Amino acid sequence: MAEPGAVERRAPGRGLSARRALGGVAWGLRAYGFIAAMWVRSTMAYRASFAMMLVANFTTTFLDFAAIMIMFSQVDALGGFALPEVAFLYGTSCVAFGLADLLLGEAERIGRRVRDGTMDILLTRPVPVLSQIAADRFALRRLGRITQGALVLGWSLTRLELEWTAGSVLLTVSMVLCGGLIFGCLFVLGGAFQFWAQDASEVQNAFTYGGTTLLQYPPTVFGKELVRGATFVVPLAFVNWLPALRVLGRDDPLGLPGWVDFAAPAVALLCCAGTALVWRAGLRSYRSTGS
Amino acid sequence: MTGDKKGWEAVQEDAGGSVRDTDGAFIDVRDLRKTFRVRRRSGLLRRTSSDVHAVDGISFTLRRGEMTGFIGPNGAGKSTTIKMLTGILSPSGGRLRVAGVDPARDRTRLVRRIGVVFGQRTTLWWDLPLRDSYGLVRRMYRIPRARYEENLARCVELLELGGLLDVPVRQLSLGQRMRGDITAALLHDPDVLYLDEPTIGLDVVSKARVREFLLRLNAERRTTVLLTTHDLSDIEHLCERVVVIDHGRLMYDGALAGLHEIGSGERTLVVDLERELPPIEGIEGARTVRTEGPRQWLTFPATASAAPLVSRIAADYPLVDLSLREPAIEDVIARMYAA
Ligand SMILES: Nc1ncnc2c1ncn2[C@@H]1O[C@H](COP(=O)(O)OP(=O)(O)OP(=O)(O)O)[C@@H](O)[C@H]1O
Ligand SMILES: [Mg+2]
Repeated sequence: MAEPGAVERRAPGRGLSARRALGGVAWGLRAYGFIAAMWVRSTMAYRASFAMMLVANFTTTFLDFAAIMIMFSQVDALGGFALPEVAFLYGTSCVAFGLADLLLGEAERIGRRVRDGTMDILLTRPVPVLSQIAADRFALRRLGRITQGALVLGWSLTRLELEWTAGSVLLTVSMVLCGGLIFGCLFVLGGAFQFWAQDASEVQNAFTYGGTTLLQYPPTVFGKELVRGATFVVPLAFVNWLPALRVLGRDDPLGLPGWVDFAAPAVALLCCAGTALVWRAGLRSYRSTGS
Repeated sequence: MTGDKKGWEAVQEDAGGSVRDTDGAFIDVRDLRKTFRVRRRSGLLRRTSSDVHAVDGISFTLRRGEMTGFIGPNGAGKSTTIKMLTGILSPSGGRLRVAGVDPARDRTRLVRRIGVVFGQRTTLWWDLPLRDSYGLVRRMYRIPRARYEENLARCVELLELGGLLDVPVRQLSLGQRMRGDITAALLHDPDVLYLDEPTIGLDVVSKARVREFLLRLNAERRTTVLLTTHDLSDIEHLCERVVVIDHGRLMYDGALAGLHEIGSGERTLVVDLERELPPIEGIEGARTVRTEGPRQWLTFPATASAAPLVSRIAADYPLVDLSLREPAIEDVIARMYAA
């Protein structure tokens, strides 16, 4: 993944690896930026169709919340949580997932690229493969999901009767950012596994799309085993459940120590490190196609 | 045009350092191997795996500025070799250097100096107009604006892409797309250009245009070109040297002309006599294979000289006219592939 970028002229010494890696990441981000910008420009050429796609994205993703509202027309609480509290979970889950989906959602097409051989072409360009894949067909219509999630989140904040402290504001912001990172890792991990199993995108969807739906509901709705799995196996609980319970002043059903509620940034960083390793291994194992 | 020339020489200079010391062998391939392990279902649950030796110990070197044809029958290992030369695949064995760089290890460093065209699939963005695709290429390779404009203008002119720059790639015909692809591969002034079947599916006019363009590129910019094709007339037009492989092994490496000789080819002498006569006989080393009125066809080994043959015939027969036919390159290659 490391790309020498601006240090092209330098002798290919392996010594300056930290600087090289940083330079590589910066170049990867820049490349991501200009590829995405190109796609934005080209979709904006068809404004009407873009507007329609945006509305469609907004509406279809909002249906999830409509379902929750219908449930609340029958009951007063879900797993002991009132509507504004569930809306808080829903909003944070949607925005975090939406950010990851916007920025890295394309990674789920890796399997197809491996199968049809277009991965070869990405490897002949001096830009990190992940930047090229993730920025490909960059689609601002995905802002629809983020927008409706943010609206629901905003609404819940007006309804929750909480004493906002600097701590809980920070925790809420970090939920969205670290949650986005954790979901982003799931997208890239799922993509990386497709180097080995090209049909793995279904499995990936179970974790990404399935994950965000799971997190829209309070953990008390689900069995303890599932919550445990979502905490220790796939760290989804760190996206919003654990920190949100703290913000909402609730106990978590697993009875974990209190500091766990603040562990999301560390967990997100660990996820990134692990994902980077798996991604490299996946890319190394790529063996092209026969034509 | 002089400005163009100067720009190019400046580029040569700054690529200089690492190029000059490998000048003898710009591309150096030693005992290169690639083995694919393929798994097959055999029965309901059993899976067996076997090894495919796609490239099985190939060695050759290319000098800078050489234009070489790389041919062989289907499945010979040509594309696999090119993928290793570009760093897409890492070799299973052997040693590989392109401009002094190991492609698999230093892929991102090397790709700035090479251009690749895969005839079978485009390197352009399917949904973007050519112009936007080229804009992305410019930023990816960090091509200075002036050089980019100049290279683009040149390719657009020579490959006649003028009216096509605003057309999305998916709407281009095969021949137009191929010319678009060649342009994309050359905007960053690569030292090496790999072409994997660049003329596949092109009509006669497009083919001629592409060949003409490649000849100029090679002559003016000293770009090293390695070209695979199944159209041997491409090779005859473009390459002085051919490398032939089959089953992942090297079959021949040398001048195109030399293929005739080793291909156990026979040349044909066509003679027109004054009148219809019985088949010519008693000429050592030659055999009459056909007669048609006063015209007769004689074959003789490609390695032998035609001159003594002609003088013998002229001495004994009333010779009016004659012509000499070289074995068709297709026949030579076909015989080689079959062997
Ligand atoms: N990714 C791969 N996985 C498994 N086998 C492969 C792979 N790529 C190539 N092969 C096998 O390696 C051999 C050489 O293939 P290659 O594509 O290099 O041939 P080629 O010379 O380019 O042929 P063609 O003229 O048909 O393009 C073939 O037998 C092919 O089946
Ligand atoms: Mg091929």
